[in-house]
Amino acid sequence: MKAFAALLDRLVYSPGRNTKLQLMQEYFRTTPDPDRGWALAALTDGLPFSFPVRRTIVELMNKRLDAELFRLSRDYVGDTAETVALLWPDTEAQGDPPRLSEVVSRLGLIDAQELGDVIASWLDRLDATGRWALLKLLTGALRVGVSARLAKTAVAGMAGHSVDDVEEVWHALSPPYQPLFDWLEGHAERPDIAGAPVFRPLMLAHALEDSELADLDIGEFSVEWKWDGIRVQIVAGRGEVRLYSRTGDEIGASFPELISMFRFDAVIDGELLVLRDGKVAPFNDLQQRLNRKSVTRAMLERYPAHVRLYDALLIDGEDLRPLPFIERRRRLERWHAEVRPPRTDVSELIAVADKEELHRIWRETRGAGIEGLMLKRRASPYLAGRPRGHWYKWKRAPITLDCVLMYAQRGSGRRSSYYSDYTFGAWKELPDGSLELVPVGKAYSGYTDAELIVLDRWIRNNTVERFGPVRAVRPALVLEVAFDAVQRSTRHRSGVAMRFPRIHRIRWDKPAEEAERLDTLVGLIEG
Amino acid sequence: MIAFEDWLQLTEAGLYCAPGGFHIDPSRPVDRAVITHGHSDHARPGHGAVLATPETVKVMQARLGEDSAGRFQPQPLNDPLTHGDVTIRLHPAGHILGSAQIELTYRGQRAVVSGDYKRTPDPTCALFELVPCDLFVTEATFGLPVFRHEPDWREIGRLLASVQAFPERTHLIGCYGLGKCQRLLALLRRAGYDRPIYLHGALKSMTDLYIACGQSFGELVLVSEAGRGLAGEIVLCPPSALKDRWSRRLADPVTAFASGWMRVRGRARQRGVELPLVISDHADWPQLIETIAETGAEEVWVTHGREEALVYQLGRMGKRARALALLGREDEEAED
Repeated sequence: MKAFAALLDRLVYSPGRNTKLQLMQEYFRTTPDPDRGWALAALTDGLPFSFPVRRTIVELMNKRLDAELFRLSRDYVGDTAETVALLWPDTEAQGDPPRLSEVVSRLGLIDAQELGDVIASWLDRLDATGRWALLKLLTGALRVGVSARLAKTAVAGMAGHSVDDVEEVWHALSPPYQPLFDWLEGHAERPDIAGAPVFRPLMLAHALEDSELADLDIGEFSVEWKWDGIRVQIVAGRGEVRLYSRTGDEIGASFPELISMFRFDAVIDGELLVLRDGKVAPFNDLQQRLNRKSVTRAMLERYPAHVRLYDALLIDGEDLRPLPFIERRRRLERWHAEVRPPRTDVSELIAVADKEELHRIWRETRGAGIEGLMLKRRASPYLAGRPRGHWYKWKRAPITLDCVLMYAQRGSGRRSSYYSDYTFGAWKELPDGSLELVPVGKAYSGYTDAELIVLDRWIRNNTVERFGPVRAVRPALVLEVAFDAVQRSTRHRSGVAMRFPRIHRIRWDKPAEEAERLDTLVGLIEG
Repeated sequence: MIAFEDWLQLTEAGLYCAPGGFHIDPSRPVDRAVITHGHSDHARPGHGAVLATPETVKVMQARLGEDSAGRFQPQPLNDPLTHGDVTIRLHPAGHILGSAQIELTYRGQRAVVSGDYKRTPDPTCALFELVPCDLFVTEATFGLPVFRHEPDWREIGRLLASVQAFPERTHLIGCYGLGKCQRLLALLRRAGYDRPIYLHGALKSMTDLYIACGQSFGELVLVSEAGRGLAGEIVLCPPSALKDRWSRRLADPVTAFASGWMRVRGRARQRGVELPLVISDHADWPQLIETIAETGAEEVWVTHGREEALVYQLGRMGKRARALALLGREDEEAED
């Protein structure tokens, strides 16, 4: 547990992606099996337990420390688990710290009554950092700023493999992943995935650049709408169904109405959407269904899920990936017409005569649930990753609006000495006719490094109030903000929130009074 | 038998020894002041006469100016000095160079005002000397049971391991200019680190003073004279420079901070610290309790920090304890 605790401790404080990768790789490289396998499970949400830690440790602590001192400490620290980790009497004489594998296997067999005593015995054998890590582990949710994908990237990188290589075999394995480490370290063959409902790495698109568009031969490409949902891969067969997100996370638990209805043998690519009366609902609606451990009947009725299919990787055991796109499409359509899986349809191809028509369609795309266009080369096989020249995404032109800078916050990591995160607002008309500036969004990208320096200086020179790392500025600077859509928001005072806002231009020339009205934004709300 | 309150009183300027006619660490200019150590929340300009250890006098003159007091009276440690009916003796407090506890004897009663102190041995200053007494006036910076500092050598070990693990980054350590900075330098050298150590300009004057008092820290280079980047090197700076424009010249710095406050994660996060080092120049909770018990004092006055928990605990230990609210002492981490 010592090395694992040190790893978690350092991960929590490190904002940088590369630093996190380095830390994890060093850990995986130097820690023996099965401890490192359990650590990998912990980092990828793969631990099978979750305990009501708080109640148990409060009871344990009350037996070891005066109640008043405990209360004062808890009030100061603010977090019960951390407080207990710090207050626990130091009795390192109680023996060596437990190994991670010891902890995990014991927890797999534990009784509710013995939980307290077992935890206490471990806490006795650990130091402050170890105790903190143990308590985190027990809750089942590490929250150390590492996604499952990043952890897999670290493991893969240990042996020069890509994360996709690891993703391919991942779902055929279970913790503590001995076969995975054996293969990565060159002691064994690649784990056999035959028959297992594993995730296959996706084929991804590049953003279409003007120069590429100019050189493109439209006859070589198939065009379809880019749907504004979540890319998913349905893997079904042998009675099992998996719904994988773009990054290979299993999200089927949140969509039982899909999982229960898919009875076929295929691996299909598509877009997860909420569909109501044949119309695609705004992305915001789909967001209400995500990350839910359980789904209510009301949820199912209010936000019915649907998958719009656009590619087939395997059908009835036959691997279609080497076939050209246009052939895979034919197979997909034929298969769909036969099998007719409920809550699905096939994304329609758009007939485009020439580039002029393509441009026209693109300019006019503002339908429900449409983000832009996809251009897929007809002759391309299904290739993992983002190979150039095969698939292009062409997002519709963003809307831009002029907003007034209201607050600026210091950035993180490399930008921590700059005010780089901006909250901007629009003018709301009050009942008495006067105007009030209300926040409508926050952006931290879109400007160049040179612009950042200028903005940072302006902010420092025009601060009217400070709240910790946040500065409120004179409402005098206008920013042209680009965004994809406007959603309703209960979090912002204005009632609206922009989707993917970024700073498009700084409008030094525009007076703040001429910036946008809140009404304009409200009028743009989808749905 | 007179009460301690009869001769040790609280005025607007702070703790006042009436029979001696002097204040201890007053927050406003007074005629006579006995100063425990050179940190700015204890040592201030404008007094008529200042009594302190020779090192503290040097620190005050360097920081506040040679004429920042009407008269400076350096008083060697353990040398008794009688003023009226009061005998004053200074004892090492182990906090920073020159830090002292003030022992006051009056009509058979002995009071010791601790100033800031720690029990952990420190290569840059004399070790705390325990003085048995009837009244102990103690600081309580880390007056909560959650505060248990790490062994300093272990934290330095973690720092050096991090330097090894991330050779493409600069390790930037925030620390206060008087005491902590010099202790870190000494600890690094003791751990065998022999590369040049880089300093922010603000840390130079006190480091030079320590060197003038006979200490050595190996090769030190000012960052302003070293250029940019400094990947793989260790740089010390004042806490304010950690997230400041000044730090932009360094190579993707690992921000470290050496302080007892780093024990609490929220504090480290708040400061954007990537490598918290739980090294402190104050006593932690176990050391506070132990020290107070060892003095044998039946009466304890608690100042300068988190008084509530400590007063409560001392009550449980059968002592007469009370909190002394002293003006001019910040509630939170002024110096550490």
